Formats: sequence, structure tokens, C-alpha cells
Amino acid sequence: MKGLRPELQKIFGWVKPGSRVLDLGCGDGALLGSLQQNRGVKGYGVEIDPANVLSCLQKNINILQLDLDAGLTEFADNSFDYVIMTQALQALQYPHKTLREMVRVGRQSIITFPNFGLWKHRVYLSTKGRMPVSKALPAQWYDTQNIHLCTIKDFEMFCKEHSMLISKKDIVDYEHRSDTLMRLWPNLFGEVALYQINGE
Amino acid sequence: MSNFATNSLGVIQPQTLHFNEPLTLASGKTIDEYDIVYETYGSLNAKGDNAVLVCHALSADHHAAGYHSESDSKPGWWDLCIGPGKAIDTNRFFVVSPGNLGQCGGSTGPMSINPKTGKAYGPDFPVVTVSDWVNYQERLADSLGIAQWAAVAGGSLGGMQAMQWSIQFPTRIRHAIIIASAPKLSAQNIAFNAVARQAIMSDPAFHEGRYYDHKVVPASGLKIARMLGHITYLSDDAMGDKFGRDVKNEQLNYNYGVEFQVESYLHYQGESFAARFDANTYLLMTKALDYFDPAEKEGGDLAAVFSKTDSQFFLASFTTDWRFSPQRSREIVRALTDSKRDVSYLEFESNHGHDAFLVDNAEYIAAFSAYMNNIEISE
Repeated sequence: MKGLRPELQKIFGWVKPGSRVLDLGCGDGALLGSLQQNRGVKGYGVEIDPANVLSCLQKNINILQLDLDAGLTEFADNSFDYVIMTQALQALQYPHKTLREMVRVGRQSIITFPNFGLWKHRVYLSTKGRMPVSKALPAQWYDTQNIHLCTIKDFEMFCKEHSMLISKKDIVDYEHRSDTLMRLWPNLFGEVALYQINGE
Repeated sequence: MSNFATNSLGVIQPQTLHFNEPLTLASGKTIDEYDIVYETYGSLNAKGDNAVLVCHALSADHHAAGYHSESDSKPGWWDLCIGPGKAIDTNRFFVVSPGNLGQCGGSTGPMSINPKTGKAYGPDFPVVTVSDWVNYQERLADSLGIAQWAAVAGGSLGGMQAMQWSIQFPTRIRHAIIIASAPKLSAQNIAFNAVARQAIMSDPAFHEGRYYDHKVVPASGLKIARMLGHITYLSDDAMGDKFGRDVKNEQLNYNYGVEFQVESYLHYQGESFAARFDANTYLLMTKALDYFDPAEKEGGDLAAVFSKTDSQFFLASFTTDWRFSPQRSREIVRALTDSKRDVSYLEFESNHGHDAFLVDNAEYIAAFSAYMNNIEISE
């Protein structure tokens, strides 16, 4: 969809029309608003930041101001077709708990995160000996919101260990293009990882 | 030139409607006839689809916004949110604010004359419930030519009425605005109410509710009830900020008089309340709170109850409210999401406790306004 950032466009394509969606950390509601308008999707956005919450209200989105780290106790098992969380995993206090909750609440869960295994980060760390700072991760180590960064390998290991099945994945660059290098060595060349997972 | 702010409704005239058709109550009793005093703000549009019902809480009445005279120092209880350009924008909406049955602000209640006896009802006035109120409010809607409310809104006990509207008359309400409320009272909530009632009923001047006949009022009992209630409306933080351990006099007296500022404040609040409010009404209102439990008929399954509603919901709570904490609002949200209803829920930072829904707070007003602005009405 026009106007959506590339990553959200990709997810837009993954979500089946007419489904029920829970968008965790939905920001200003761009994705959910677009899904609602163009795909007949129904659901809720969850967001903690007051400015974002207001923006969602203005877009006429069902917005719930809840803290993801407090769990998804507001939602029953399998009550959504999709639980979506874009670029928020690494900012959570308890990402493992939230992932388990997502798989409980949603039939499918869609997760995106920046790949910390990217060669640039590895080079930055090994040559400078300092925590990588990049376009995608612009903050310094002490004031970053990204407190739980992981690599593609880490994430896939986590899924395996927690009996979560990966039904779709896409490893892309920040503009959401893919190339041969990313396909051959995703954990080295992928900048953004998109996954669709579900419980067994 | 009036002295009121440009976004004030100015001077408002309350109106009265008399209802002749008997109203059967949840208790099985009936009220044969009754008056409802109400105020309206703004005007009903041609299609009649811009009406908003505002429901009051325990100690308020029909006077929700504007002033009663040019010299009036205090506006109605929700003037913060009702008026031109305010959250419930009277340039768009036609607002109806009734004083509930059983109240003491003009609508028929325990102080009113019982036509059968020619004396004040007193304790003979039947206990009314939230559901009974919604029933008379439906008649009020009929009388005013309102087929469907654009929204029903209220805080605390008022929010319970909005919730009950969505359940009781699902096709006659499009949006339920439920602020600082709860799906039912907790044991602790009921306990506080029980103590408040005991304070009133054990006042020697209470005379089993027939104090009007004795030309006295159980003022000290009502005062204690209000002092207790007031503690539950404020947060520990707010009380601490406002009073701390400040003392009235420079030197401590080591006696049982009022020593700390917080005591002095509570006495003042209690006394001014006892001077304006009716003790029987206070008993009745706390009972209405205690009995509220819309999920009871569905075996406690609130989601099952909500699954029969048609409206959209807006809920808000305040961080330091411990009377109806955010947790209580989230119980309602959980039932609404389980039943796949449209709901938005906001939690505002405030140190004003339960009273926060009546206190100016930029985020609260902005969010409430944004939600109300999205409610569709015809021109």
C-alpha cells in the first residue's frame, strides 16, 4: 500500500483479507489503519506511547493502551488470526514471554526485527571494539531502547527451542529488497528479518 | 457581557419532565409516577442522531455543565468536558443530563412527597439500581424524540450506566463512554459503602430514615460517610502532596482535636457535603453501586453479556485511582475484546485518584475529544 513504509507493505501482503488482527506496538496505527481500510481487517492496536495512542484514536482505530511487558492477559487463546509486532521485539523487557503470549493469542504471529548479525555490525564491533551504531540502530549503548537485540540465528534457535514453527520468512535490506547474498547468507547480509510463526 | 469563559455554556435552566407510567424496578417494586429534572446543552439536529446522554455519579446531579446564575461561582460537575469546543462539543452534540431517580437534586427521590401518604418517602422510597435508571432514561429519550443516542457517557457510577445502556438497549446507543469505572464492585468497595451506610444509620438523628418528620438531619453520620468516601476518591500521593503532615497550629496540642491539615480538610468536605446532600439518597446511591453486576445473569460471564451489544466502546482509567483502578477497567476491556467488540482503552497518568476524571489533564482531554470527534452525526 502506498504511504506505508516498505516493511509494513510486505506485512500488508501477508495478512489475509477480513482477518482479525492484533497489532502490538502499533505506533501511529499506519499498518492497522491501512489494513482496516483496504483489507476489511478488524482488530486492535496496542501501544503505550500517549502521542501514538492519540494518533490511532484520530485514525478511528481500536487502540488499547497497554504495556506489552505486562503480558497479553487481556486476550484469550487463539482469539486473533494474526498477532503482529513490528520492530518492537528488541525493545521489550521480556521478549521471550511476549513471543510465547503472541503464539498463544494468535493463530499466526508476524514479527520483524533488525538483524544484529549483519556484517556491518560485526565489522563495527570487531574493528572499533565498540557497540555498533548504524542507521537502523542509531542510539548509543546507554540510551538505546533496543535492549534485547538478536540475530537471525538467535531468533530461529529460539523458535526451535520453544516449539514455534516458522511458516513464512523474508530477509531483506532496509528498503525491503532482497539479493543473492541475503539469500545465501541471511544472517550476514540481511538487515531486516520478517517472520510468520505459529505454535505447534 | 457575561463573566463566563468563551467556551462556557453560560447560564443553564434545568427542566422537569413528569412521568405517569409506572416504572417497575429490579426489586419488583414500582414507582407509579415521578419527576425527572434534566439539563440540555446544544441542540438536537434534524435527524436526531447527535444526542449524548451524560450520566452522573454518586453525589452529582443533573447540573453537569454551565452555571445556574450569573453570580454562580461553580459550574456543573463535568463542565471540564461539556461545552462549545470541549470534548463533548455542544457545537456538534445535543447533550442531555438528567438527575437520576432517587437523587436529591430535584428528580423524585427519598426527599420527595409520596403521593400516597402526603409525606416524604424517606426509607419507603424503593432501592433503585443502575438498570432501573437506564429504564427511566429510555423513557426520557422517547420523550425528547431521541431514537438512538450517539453516545452515553459517564465516569464511575455514570460509566456503569453507559455500560448498562449498551447491554439493555443495544440498538439505542452507538458509543458507550466508560470512564474510571468497574464491571462490578469489589468486596473492598462494598465494604467501604457498608461503613458509610452504618455511619448514617447509626446517627441518632437518622430515625430509621424518617428524619424529615422529626425536622432533623443525620448530619454527623452523613459527614463521616463523606469523609470516608473522600479518602477513597483521592490518591495517597495527592493527599501527601496537598497536606503531607502539615499541622494546623505551630505547636502540637496533644489532645483529640483536629491537629493535622488533612483532618481539617476532611471535616470541611464532610460538613459542606452534609449541608447539601440527603442521607437517604446517599444510602440509595451506594446500594445502586453495590448491586451493579451486569454479568450476574450470565453466570459472571461479562463477555457473553457484551456479545449481545451493538455499540462501540471507549474506556479510560487513571493510574492512581484505587477505588476503580485501571485493573478494573481492563477487566471490562478483556470482556469486550473476548466478545470481539470495538473498543479503545486509555490509561492516563494522574495523581488525582478516582477524582481524576473530573480534573483537567491535557492527554485525557485530547484523547476524549479525538474519540468524540470521530463519532459520526448528520449535519
